[in-house]
Amino acid sequence: MKKHSVRLSRRFPLPAEAAVVVPKVTPKRWLGAGLPGVEASSLCGKLIVVEGADGSGRSTQITRLVEWLESSGHHTVAVGLKRSTLVSEELETAQQGNILSRSTLSLFYATDFADQLENNILPALRAGSMVLADRYIYTLMARDLVRGMEAPWLRNLYGIALVPDAVFYLDVSPEHLVQRVFAKQSALDYWESGMDLGLSRDLYDSFLQFQALMRERFRELQRDYGFHLLNGERSPDAVAEDLRREVERVLAA
Amino acid sequence: MKASIADLGYPGRLVAVEGLDGSGKSTQIYLLKRWLELQGLKVFFSEWNSSALVKSATSKGKKQDLLTPTTFSLIHATDFADRYERQLLPLLKAGYLVLCDRYIFTAFARDVVRGCLPAWVRGLYSFAALPDLTFFFKASLEVSLARILDNRPTLKHHEAGMDLGLSSDPYESFRIFQGRIFEQYLAMSTEFQFTLMDANLRIEEQQGMMRRLLTSRIDLERFRKTG
Repeated sequence: MKKHSVRLSRRFPLPAEAAVVVPKVTPKRWLGAGLPGVEASSLCGKLIVVEGADGSGRSTQITRLVEWLESSGHHTVAVGLKRSTLVSEELETAQQGNILSRSTLSLFYATDFADQLENNILPALRAGSMVLADRYIYTLMARDLVRGMEAPWLRNLYGIALVPDAVFYLDVSPEHLVQRVFAKQSALDYWESGMDLGLSRDLYDSFLQFQALMRERFRELQRDYGFHLLNGERSPDAVAEDLRREVERVLAA
Repeated sequence: MKASIADLGYPGRLVAVEGLDGSGKSTQIYLLKRWLELQGLKVFFSEWNSSALVKSATSKGKKQDLLTPTTFSLIHATDFADRYERQLLPLLKAGYLVLCDRYIFTAFARDVVRGCLPAWVRGLYSFAALPDLTFFFKASLEVSLARILDNRPTLKHHEAGMDLGLSSDPYESFRIFQGRIFEQYLAMSTEFQFTLMDANLRIEEQQGMMRRLLTSRIDLERFRKTG
């Protein structure tokens, strides 16, 4: 059968940006044993994760990445924590009451993650989309480690997770972070300040201590799971440039 | 965790009942609880899947058919963790006799039948201590099925294991599903030292045996309310 070829009009010069790069399919793997019945090899999209505390510039950078990816011709799907149909509302309600103990909190978030993994992330990757995750299991693991959960337990729990094609951690010092949070909102969040840990009765002190602990855990996770550490204290443009360069590399890999 | 409450050195004791739906375990644990309470002992009773915190998510998930084997497993683990950390463990540390209608073995059996990996499921629950005494109510599969199915109840989707696609007939699906769970229980029986109860016996006979077994294994006088 003769293949139909589309005749390109040559009346106007073709701008360079019109060329759309088709990302190569690279083998995906699970963090552990994976999900029962799911073949990782059927996933042709890319999973790109941006991690970092609130105020690290995560959302800004993700918005810019989405814009850039779409303009480059890639369909993009955004996911994040606490956005599942299954438990996001219930998790929010439970957190309002501050009555969650650590294993419960951990498993609640894992349920939320698994629901999005199976219903949003995997179908999008199967369809060949670029999935941009505004935080992934590493934030959940770092929080749980700070709360005293054991690393092997977490590794088993998140053995169902897909290893992303790239993970970026926007590194910002707690002192810098607190200024950025106050520039955006008038109060510190109870959970982002780790108030449930009893580090300090003072919200400001607790925030600094908790974020310093989170930063330490992230650096350990970075060594274990090998992600890109980006200095998030620079201008948004400088960070965006780094991110774009790395993502281009992922697409070309 | 492979340690019981006694191994951990806590003053409380944990007693669990396991078995198929219709094995009579809930009746027996209720009678045991009443007997202990009426003697003035410190007793607490907890049921599987009963955390108020998680309940609305679980029932929404079941009603709207949102659950996969993985999220089914995780949401039940969340429910269990909430009850374990906020009720069971503090009460065991405070010296209570805690009675559980179903414990982690229910998850081990059900989730594995649904297709989750055994090591993964066991890992999820590894923060929980083992019971000091686990009664497994072993009725023949036909007896358990008959007790549930004889009055033609409306079987819930997950209860019948309909999510597994075993059969399009809920009653047939329930039979196959319960059969597989039964096999899982039997496979765990030695490993977790289940005390086997012949659930085909009369209610009173079983209750008499449970009381004797409990008394021989646990010094009940230690649980008398003081002050």
